[in-house]
Amino acid sequence: MLSINNLQASVEGKEILKGINLTVNPGEVHAIMGPNGSGKSTLASVLAGRADYEITGGEVLFEDKDLLEMSPEERSHEGVFLAFQYPVEIPGVSTANFLKTALNEVRKHRGEEQLDAMDFLKLMKEKAKLMDIELSFLQRSLNEGFSGGEKKRNEIFQMAMLNPKLSILDETDSGLDIDALKIVSNGVNSLRSENNATILITHYQRLLDYIIPDFVHVLYKGKIVKSGGKELALELEARGYDWVKDEVGE
Amino acid sequence: METNMDILDEVVSRDYQYGFVSDIEQEITPKGLNEDVVRLISGKKNEPEWMLEWRLKAYRHWLTMREPKWPNVHYPQIDFNDISYYASPKVKTDAPLSLDEIDPELRKTFDKLGISLIEQQRLSGIAVDAVFDSVSVATTFKAKLAEKGIIFCSMSEAVREHPELIKKYIGSVVPVGDNFYSALNSAVFSDGSFCYIPKGVRCPMELSTYFRINAKDTGQFERTLIVADEGSYVSYLEGCTAPMRDENQLHAAVVEIVAHKNAEVKYSTVQNWYPGDKNGKGGIYNFVTKRGICLEDNSKISWTQVETGSAITWKYPSVILKGDNSIGEFYSVAVTNNYQQADTGTKMMHIGKNTKSRIVSKGISAGKSHNSYRGLVKINKTASNARNFSQCDSLLIGDKCGAHTFPYLEVSNCNSTVEHEATTSKIGEDILFYCNQRGIPTEEAIALIVNGYCKEVMNQLPMEFAVEAQRLLAVSLEGSVG
Repeated sequence: MLSINNLQASVEGKEILKGINLTVNPGEVHAIMGPNGSGKSTLASVLAGRADYEITGGEVLFEDKDLLEMSPEERSHEGVFLAFQYPVEIPGVSTANFLKTALNEVRKHRGEEQLDAMDFLKLMKEKAKLMDIELSFLQRSLNEGFSGGEKKRNEIFQMAMLNPKLSILDETDSGLDIDALKIVSNGVNSLRSENNATILITHYQRLLDYIIPDFVHVLYKGKIVKSGGKELALELEARGYDWVKDEVGE
Repeated sequence: METNMDILDEVVSRDYQYGFVSDIEQEITPKGLNEDVVRLISGKKNEPEWMLEWRLKAYRHWLTMREPKWPNVHYPQIDFNDISYYASPKVKTDAPLSLDEIDPELRKTFDKLGISLIEQQRLSGIAVDAVFDSVSVATTFKAKLAEKGIIFCSMSEAVREHPELIKKYIGSVVPVGDNFYSALNSAVFSDGSFCYIPKGVRCPMELSTYFRINAKDTGQFERTLIVADEGSYVSYLEGCTAPMRDENQLHAAVVEIVAHKNAEVKYSTVQNWYPGDKNGKGGIYNFVTKRGICLEDNSKISWTQVETGSAITWKYPSVILKGDNSIGEFYSVAVTNNYQQADTGTKMMHIGKNTKSRIVSKGISAGKSHNSYRGLVKINKTASNARNFSQCDSLLIGDKCGAHTFPYLEVSNCNSTVEHEATTSKIGEDILFYCNQRGIPTEEAIALIVNGYCKEVMNQLPMEFAVEAQRLLAVSLEGSVG
């Protein structure tokens, strides 16, 4: 599904990603861990197409298409979803209206009819239930005045509505209390299928107790320095990142 | 890679759709202003002596006044002697034209603007008074309205046909010497609409005036007067456009509204004067005085404005709440793009008991424009239990524009409630990227956000107008970041 080959990217002339290699197949969940400043969020932003980053080398193929050539909205239409670390607030636009517009843009791209109001409402009710969200909540302006936890829950709700092929969750667990973490994890787990894949970006092993990854990668100084199964996360939790730093010879 | 800002940049260059010039034989007075010009205008209109005297008094007063310098707008000194004060399409007779006698070229102009002067062709029940430069060229549905006793005609006609009403009400809300531009208008006003709704009548259709500036180097100085007698209701719309010209043109109008006991007047404006080009060249100076008075108990005046045009806008549609329990409302969306400047807002003067006012102002600034809200809520000692609620929001698109808010509150009694809320938000790269990531392209994202932001005001507009206003909003903001 996703194939990242020797990806290099910099921001304002500073090299952040220094040759990332990663292959993600349908049905897989990959966790990317690493200390602060290792380039985790940069990787997420580059995959989603944020303009602040300059790609200095390498390639990214998404279902054999050149992802880096696509505009952010094209990537979205192709099925790439980013759950933001810091979701924005949009005053005056309800979550429901926002998602209806988003969903219809995807349908337009696929040459499908616009979703009518009844079908949209039905879909929204179904997904809101999954995320334990009240419908009245969705009539409020997108993320305006939401708590950190509510914003993150809203991100996963949007993911459920848009049904992407590849979801990138950028520190979705940060700022969540244990109950919210469970709800968010349940949501993500119930959306897992043979046809989609997830990249979890996180600092902490805690999230991986709820969303069990197939692979764990350690990103350090812009490179993936260690990969393994879910047990790697536990080892990191026990021994800290210094252990990895030692291993790569620092 | 092309950024959102680049895309926005590209679309800014969309042209002003109404910028054409009509090739119509016109009569234009020489440039300059003096008592003879005032006499000439009055003479052209066959006005009675008292009207001329009123104008001359206004002119003499104007000579003693100075241009206001307090608005937060900047423009070169206007040479009032370099403007022609009267322009009219040439007609063969002096008599008011019937609809079929209108110059076909003139009719074409209004057709092009989407204003049909042919009654049968009008889909919605809106009566129109069409003002072209200094004269009203047609008023539709007059006969039908007359059946209910409603007077809807051009101001020139009203001065001749209904002198008792004009004498009583003109200048009663905006006195001649109220301000520099209202004094100028009082001296040289050319045309405009007059509307009188008799006791107990609910006007069966929307009334509207459409203003079109065509001639070069002229100013448009129209005057509108609306009187709603006891227990009546009227909804009034106003629209305006002008050709694209490199030089600035002055538009200094006065609108007065009088609401008697239990009467209600709703006044909606979609202002789309030529805003100048994207480098700030040309455009209309829109210096307008609009004021209504809730003269008696339980009356209501509501202003709704969508301001997208003009190089400079300076206007404060206001309500004097004199009658007890009267209500004043002001709903505004003001959009500035490129180098436009707007200083707009309202005044709510509470005099009567239990008077209520509500202000909802949404400013949108884009490009290198500046958008100011200026509002005064004044609660007199006599206005016990008065209430005001103000909401002033600013939305910035891009990072080169400015939003300013100048709210003034003067409360002279202790049992009134005044609430003021204000927010400033910005459509920046973050929000646009977020929308893009969800599959919404930049232009659609801006439309979505702006429409959401203005909803509260747009909902106040009559249906037919709301659609036009929404479209206008989208066009005005296309490519709005520089």
